Amino acid sequence: MGRTFWQRFSLISLFLWAFRITVVLVVVVGTYGTLSSGKYGPAQWIDIVIFGLSQGSIYALIALGYTMVYGILRMINFAHGEVFMSGAYTAYFAAAALNGFGFLARHPFLGLLIVLVVAMATATGVGLLVERIAYRPLRRAPRLVPLIAAIGASFFLQYTFRGFFGAGFQAYPDWPLFKGQMVVAGIGILRTQAVAIVGAVFLMVALYLFVMRTKIGTAMRAVSEDMEVAAMMGINVDRVIVVTFGVGAAAAGAAGVLYALVFKQVWFFMGFVPGIKAFTSAVLGGIGNIPGAMVGGLFLGLIESAGPILFLDGLGIPAPNQLKDVFAFTMLVLVLIFRPTGILGERLAAKKA
Amino acid sequence: MKRLQILITLAVSVLLAVGGYFVPAAPAATMGPVTDSIGVVKVSKGQPITIAYWLVITGPNGNLGIDSRNGIEIAIDDQKAVLGFPIKLIGEDTGCNAEGGTTAATKLAANNQLVAAVGSTCSSEARPGAPILWKAGIATVSPANTAPDLTDPKRSADYNGYLRTAHNDLVQGAVGATFVRTVLKLSKVATIHDGSPYAEGLANAFAASFKKQGGTITAAEAVNVGDTDMRPVLTKIAATKPELIYFPIFVAEGGFIARQSKEVSGLANVKLMGADGLFDPNFLKAAGDAATGMYQSSPDTRTEVLGSIYTVFLQKYEKKYGTKPLSIFHAHAYDATNLILQAIQKVGKTDAAGNLYIGRKALRDALFATKGWKGVTGTLTCNPYGDCADPHLAVYQITAGDPSKWDPGVTNPKPIYPVVK
Amino acid sequence: MVFLGLVGMVEVFARKAIIVGVISLGHTLLLLTGLAAGLQAAARAGRRPIPALGAALLAGAMSGVVVCAFIVVGTSANLRGMFVNASPALFGLLSFGRGTAGIPLVVLAWTVVSLLGGTFAILPPAIRRPLSAGGAAVLLLGLFQELLQLLLQEGTIRPLVRAFFFDNDGLVVRGAVTGLAAAVVWSAVRQRWRPSIRTRFLHMTPRNRRASLYLVLLLTVVVLFYLPIFLGEFVSQVLVFVGLFTLMGLGLNLEVGFAGLLDLGFVAFFAIGAYTVALLTTPEKYALVHLPFWAAVPVAVLVSLIAGIFFGLPILGIRGDYLAIATLGFGEIIRLLVLSDFLKPWLGGARGIVNLPKPVLFGFEFKQFGQLFWITLAASALIAFVAARLRDSRLGRSWMAIREDEDVAEAVGINTINAKLLAYGLGGAFAGMGGAIFAVMIGSVFPQSFSLLVSINTLALIIVGGVGSLPGVIVGSLFLVGLPELLREFSEFRFLVYGAVLILMMQVRPEGLWPAVSVAREFRPDEGPSPAREEALATGGEGGG
Repeated sequence: MGRTFWQRFSLISLFLWAFRITVVLVVVVGTYGTLSSGKYGPAQWIDIVIFGLSQGSIYALIALGYTMVYGILRMINFAHGEVFMSGAYTAYFAAAALNGFGFLARHPFLGLLIVLVVAMATATGVGLLVERIAYRPLRRAPRLVPLIAAIGASFFLQYTFRGFFGAGFQAYPDWPLFKGQMVVAGIGILRTQAVAIVGAVFLMVALYLFVMRTKIGTAMRAVSEDMEVAAMMGINVDRVIVVTFGVGAAAAGAAGVLYALVFKQVWFFMGFVPGIKAFTSAVLGGIGNIPGAMVGGLFLGLIESAGPILFLDGLGIPAPNQLKDVFAFTMLVLVLIFRPTGILGERLAAKKA
Repeated sequence: MKRLQILITLAVSVLLAVGGYFVPAAPAATMGPVTDSIGVVKVSKGQPITIAYWLVITGPNGNLGIDSRNGIEIAIDDQKAVLGFPIKLIGEDTGCNAEGGTTAATKLAANNQLVAAVGSTCSSEARPGAPILWKAGIATVSPANTAPDLTDPKRSADYNGYLRTAHNDLVQGAVGATFVRTVLKLSKVATIHDGSPYAEGLANAFAASFKKQGGTITAAEAVNVGDTDMRPVLTKIAATKPELIYFPIFVAEGGFIARQSKEVSGLANVKLMGADGLFDPNFLKAAGDAATGMYQSSPDTRTEVLGSIYTVFLQKYEKKYGTKPLSIFHAHAYDATNLILQAIQKVGKTDAAGNLYIGRKALRDALFATKGWKGVTGTLTCNPYGDCADPHLAVYQITAGDPSKWDPGVTNPKPIYPVVK
Repeated sequence: MVFLGLVGMVEVFARKAIIVGVISLGHTLLLLTGLAAGLQAAARAGRRPIPALGAALLAGAMSGVVVCAFIVVGTSANLRGMFVNASPALFGLLSFGRGTAGIPLVVLAWTVVSLLGGTFAILPPAIRRPLSAGGAAVLLLGLFQELLQLLLQEGTIRPLVRAFFFDNDGLVVRGAVTGLAAAVVWSAVRQRWRPSIRTRFLHMTPRNRRASLYLVLLLTVVVLFYLPIFLGEFVSQVLVFVGLFTLMGLGLNLEVGFAGLLDLGFVAFFAIGAYTVALLTTPEKYALVHLPFWAAVPVAVLVSLIAGIFFGLPILGIRGDYLAIATLGFGEIIRLLVLSDFLKPWLGGARGIVNLPKPVLFGFEFKQFGQLFWITLAASALIAFVAARLRDSRLGRSWMAIREDEDVAEAVGINTINAKLLAYGLGGAFAGMGGAIFAVMIGSVFPQSFSLLVSINTLALIIVGGVGSLPGVIVGSLFLVGLPELLREFSEFRFLVYGAVLILMMQVRPEGLWPAVSVAREFRPDEGPSPAREEALATGGEGGG
């Protein structure tokens, strides 16, 4: 048994090493190929980086919700993507109404604020509702059960919104102030993207301070360390969980508006893919880790944006952008295999079984 | 134990006998006054003739199917009855994918009162669905499938019951390519498809024709249905310096591309062109002002081309549904339905008791024998492989990005090619 | 109570189409919501009549008031810009066609209905069961009327039955009444006879018991054999889908149920099986060789097996939820690769691979869905047999050890690496077989068919059916795959109901509908031996999982 075990062990090691080497080869050869062909000038690379950052900051905001919930409840809140969608979609009506009055042209920032508030309120409401109905009764259940309930909640929300608002999509109105490009330090960047990035950073910082400095933030961290001990210390665990869900949902709702600002289209299914990507970001950065979620999000955005062009184009693969999701998922799998604690590592030593 | 054995044997034999009773009889080859090698439909006196639709009526592309269904309903309203029998329409939603097509077709095929069908919307549905219907002897005329392989001479005999009044995408791609080459006089085009058989086929048809006319395709890219960030793809394309981007895809992704192409450096002056998948007021909603000036190929609906017969039809449409047409295949559906109804008229035979009998093969043959038939979409003649269309394809230009200014075929989008007197 | 009223309203928002049967489905829904509200309120208030009825009354009145407020708001303001379904038709429906003038009527109606629901709660079970059976029968007849009419087309007797029960649009009154009466009678009879049949069974000698079980098995086989012929093509097709998902479920059961490995990328193996068969049998240019179906299937199974092991290798070290996400990533990667232009020259890209020939055995072509169902049935039986054998084998036991606690299993000397790899491989092989049949059933393979939804569906059906249990997989498949397909006219709301059902199931019966005995015990550790378990012991361990 001993000898066969060793053989088997080194076979797997070998395999994993081969895996690593292939990935490195793809990256190096592809990058070399792309850069040496000189097809893309610096202006284009900068564009790509900016795209990646703006996309990534939206992922980061949504990822915050995932990571916080996982940190406390050790469950993947599959319905979080739908919380994002609910905020974005409902706020559309506010935005459209304001636009009808010409409000957005006259008071753009106030208008944006109102829309954000509507989105965050709706998202928080939906998030709390889901927690109350679908998750709270299942808190003691084995791992699979809340997962399925979360998947059920996700479907339910998607189709409820479809039933409410119709199966087609709606397009956010344009904020006249935010149209077109602006030049910052010699780099051209779209105004909407700038707003998205700035807004996201602002919210992330606010959230971080909230978790680190306030009393309830400390309570959240305590509960994620050890729920029972925290309860013994007199912390109202239920309330903390509610706050966690609420804050995460609010962040997602805000992300929804920022997303809609950049992409304009909202529809009932818009939360599904960003939800998965955001969760990937959370894992990439280190689940349970708030700065990690932010880093993971930005990183994922960049990889998605630059990856296909940087790596695959150099290898001569046709239509590489079709495979951009392959990048995201491969990154995920790689991180999970080789560094499951994520880029910034898990703050908590979690038992995974 | 012996008693049990007897019991078992008895039970099994009873079941086998009873089961045998339920084996469905082969559809009668002779019924009433009609003899048919495939089967006969009997419509009792006082019962309606049943035809069906299998179209995409829900979901983001639902307008395509609803629009076609409207055309069918108008045709039924106009005809009112065939040989004294009223017409009943049933139908299934197909969902624009192969499984949906299979399930819809199977469900319809199980109905032995069904005479013929109009559908499908997406070519991916017709591939499995048409053979299923034909196996039950039900012929189907599609108002919207455009994939070339469905009427290819090399297609299998399973498709012998399939015809279409919609154009073949080979034609649409060629018209688009000719327009870009000879009218816009451009020689460098980049194409984008979305992974669907329709878009890929059309992009390829365009590219082939364009290259044959001396142009170059600078980039052949693809995105995924559901993608929202097109900027990396557009940046990549920008590096190849095309003069026009051809993206024959559907509304959601098309909207993103149109909008974002204006935001990518290097593409500010590049022209945009789409195809009939984008001929939808929702596209204006999605793309906004970015769509202004964009070109689209789509069936030609001008009175100069189709004649006043189309205008009359359009008036009926607006009167019944209160809106302008939602998509492009309403007239094709109208023609398809009329083809079927007329074929029924030709081959249906009544007996002394007043029941109607329709031979399935006879119906199919009558459909394929259509020659010089004047429909709303033109003069239809069916070739032996099911292409009946009189393809009039035009290139339109969008003049305003406001969806409330949707006036298809007149001002927005405006037809600009081919030029008619 | 108010919440129920609110939920009822949500439903009303989402409902758009109303099927006209004898009683419209929309009204039925409202009726049911009202009954449910009353039932819940009464159940919470206790068993005694007065408080229970009082609670029900209150619930009904409040729901009625909420609905009225809704009607008032809806008719005065135009909500349609936002809520697409807040149409005049909706409000007409809610107020029984009277608009705001009908408010007192609405409140009264809800109160009465709720009261009825409350009464229902306090009735003795002997009366309750037949009544609910009767109501359910009528509802089912009305719901499935289109399907039933299709089935009753052929022959001479059947159309007569059909004409009696239905007309062109749906169930008629006399049909409904007959159905109701029949169901009530059947339920009452069952109540009386069931305990006595049961005791008789338990008192039989083991030999006779085995013989009667054998008889039941034989009957089932014969029925299943004739089922597709009897039920026609459409239902056969649905049954094939159910069978395929059962195959997939059995495979996933190996990973999730036995070995505790959460796999969300399961569709990848389904895809691999399908594409392998496609590549080996299509007459088009993508083909590698031209094999008949029966030769292609073992190859597909083998390829899926190897793929399973291959994918399992890198993720051996990952556990728990992370495993779920990693496998999800794999599934999506496969789908995207298959769709890509990159691999198009070999795999067909977006267009897929078409024109797959149907299986031929000694000149008999399996063209119809009914015939394909036989193949699916045979495959399922085979796989179920293999799965059962595996479960009771040493490998199966190592899997269960790993599921309970991986570290301990390793410490005890189980080769977890081999066991896990085999779990992935065998699970993948089962899915591959499913994929192979799927490919010939549709006659073509398109990348769009292999989405994440399939994996989620499979996972959901084994959980709803009962994790780790073989009959549970079949039950889950019937409910989560068969039912939505049969009810296609409601396909708009399919996922809405699906989601709600999942949430409800997890709260009400998380162990599934037909759980394995050991798993059931896990979920309800406080209860004593269950009746199922007693029966199982009595029949020598045949019952349950």
